[in-house]
Amino acid sequence: MDYEHVIEVTDLRRVYGGGFQAVRGITFSVARGEIFALLGTNGAGKTSTVELLEGLTPPDGGRVRVLGHDPHRERAAVRPRTGVMLQEGGFPSELTVGETVRMWAGCTTRARPAAEALGLVGLGGRAEVRVKQLSGGERRRLDLALALLGRPEVLFLDEPTTGLDAEGRRDTWELVRALRDAGTSVLLTTHYLEEAEDLADRLAILHEGRIAAAGTPAEVTAGRPARISFELPNGYFLGDLPPLAALGVCGHEAEGRAVRLRTREVQRTATGVLTWAERTGVELGRLEVRSASLEEAFLGIAKEAAV
Amino acid sequence: MNAPNAPALGGIRATGAVVRRRLGALARAELLLLGRNRSAVLVALLVPLSLPITVRPAIAQFDLKGKGLNIGILMLTAAIGFSFLFAVYTSLVSAYVARREELVLKRLRTGELSDAEILAGTALPAVCLGLAQALVLTVGCTVLLHAGAPAAPYLTLLGLVLGLLISAALAALTAAFTRTTESAQVTALPLVFVSMLGSGIAVPADALPDRVAKAGELLPLSPAVRLVRAGWTGELSADQTLVTVLTALAWTVVAVFAVRRWFRWEPRR
Repeated sequence: MDYEHVIEVTDLRRVYGGGFQAVRGITFSVARGEIFALLGTNGAGKTSTVELLEGLTPPDGGRVRVLGHDPHRERAAVRPRTGVMLQEGGFPSELTVGETVRMWAGCTTRARPAAEALGLVGLGGRAEVRVKQLSGGERRRLDLALALLGRPEVLFLDEPTTGLDAEGRRDTWELVRALRDAGTSVLLTTHYLEEAEDLADRLAILHEGRIAAAGTPAEVTAGRPARISFELPNGYFLGDLPPLAALGVCGHEAEGRAVRLRTREVQRTATGVLTWAERTGVELGRLEVRSASLEEAFLGIAKEAAV
Repeated sequence: MNAPNAPALGGIRATGAVVRRRLGALARAELLLLGRNRSAVLVALLVPLSLPITVRPAIAQFDLKGKGLNIGILMLTAAIGFSFLFAVYTSLVSAYVARREELVLKRLRTGELSDAEILAGTALPAVCLGLAQALVLTVGCTVLLHAGAPAAPYLTLLGLVLGLLISAALAALTAAFTRTTESAQVTALPLVFVSMLGSGIAVPADALPDRVAKAGELLPLSPAVRLVRAGWTGELSADQTLVTVLTALAWTVVAVFAVRRWFRWEPRR
């Protein structure tokens, strides 16, 4: 049996004890060697979904296959080939980093040497430190080291960069990309939009337990408006601009002097705004023109759902 | 399949060597943690060694002659019973709860270990400590208190094994109903008290009214304690031995079933 998709999810459902439907029938698949991001606000169902993929609990409906197996019932077949990073680490706080890795290595088939795993995540010099003395970011990186210990074919990362500083985040992105390039398939959840935009080959936006949009970042943002933002000088107001509709603007917000315009014809709108500024002799502050981003898509989905 | 070493079936079984390696890794970490928890060490080590001394006056008042008993045997039984209750049961309730609340158990379940391996590996240091204590106590009581030579050592050994097993399983079960490590001090108490009084640990079963003693025989740790003592005294007939062993096995089965049914792998939210 040869399969192209290392993860296949069909009409997946998860219902909690109180009757809350956390996952309401989602379908997607992750190809070998691909980074797939599950995006969503808190409570959208990201972690509930990932826990089903990791095989921690059986689904209440639908089907999950990881590397061709049921990750819950056929745990012994799947686990040696997957690596998992939970949203919150689970390490005894009184063990040192080195002891934690050695413990985990003893429970892992074909484990990397502890030093190598710690080196990968930049914790090489911290082996003697107790887990309780690590910073939040270091704990995330220790968690990542353990997820990588068994050289997994499929990697599950639940919010891998939450709590990391900008540099740590970039390091993690580099590492995940390198792993992907070496053939590892990665499923990650995040609520950082730029993380998904930068890192993911494909993504799905979860909203209230359902997939609201899915595809490559370009596909998801296609058809979403671009954004132009600037600050008007004192004494000028939004109403001083030419009629917005004539500039191709499809939505706007003004907060004091700060103005945000949304447009599907970014060149026409930008030209209109700049021409007006030039002609009126107005200096626009903090001028920014951004083509459609995941943020737009994300906010749009939340807004559409709220209506 | 693509990967050459991919298992052909879902239900592959880990070999003995693999299981030993995993349990060893988990047990080593757990032993380090036990060593770094001073109050747990204190309870696990000192109580079983010191409590029997405090119950000695009570035991001494008891009519020993004519029953093939002596103070050495009763102290030994008490000490091993305390070892079940404190070195194994109480300390493991705390360990299971602490690992669960720190999400260690959940994290371990994302790895290759089976549920049984996780529970067993966590229990191993406490169980070994209980076993080591029992051996030290046996030697100590034999030499210092002249307990005499055991009449049927295999019964003592069987009692030890069953007692350690049941204590560990009951600890996992108690942990299922314990929310925090602090409340573990309280949730462990009922079994400790009931066993001390009714299972022939602090109070020899012979010192209890007949009806109470009979009921006490059905408590989870009673059969193990009975076997430990009978190994010395040879007081059990073949039939009695069988009933006692069956009672112990029944408790083991019930405990294992209950753990499978109720054990919680992550904190309540």
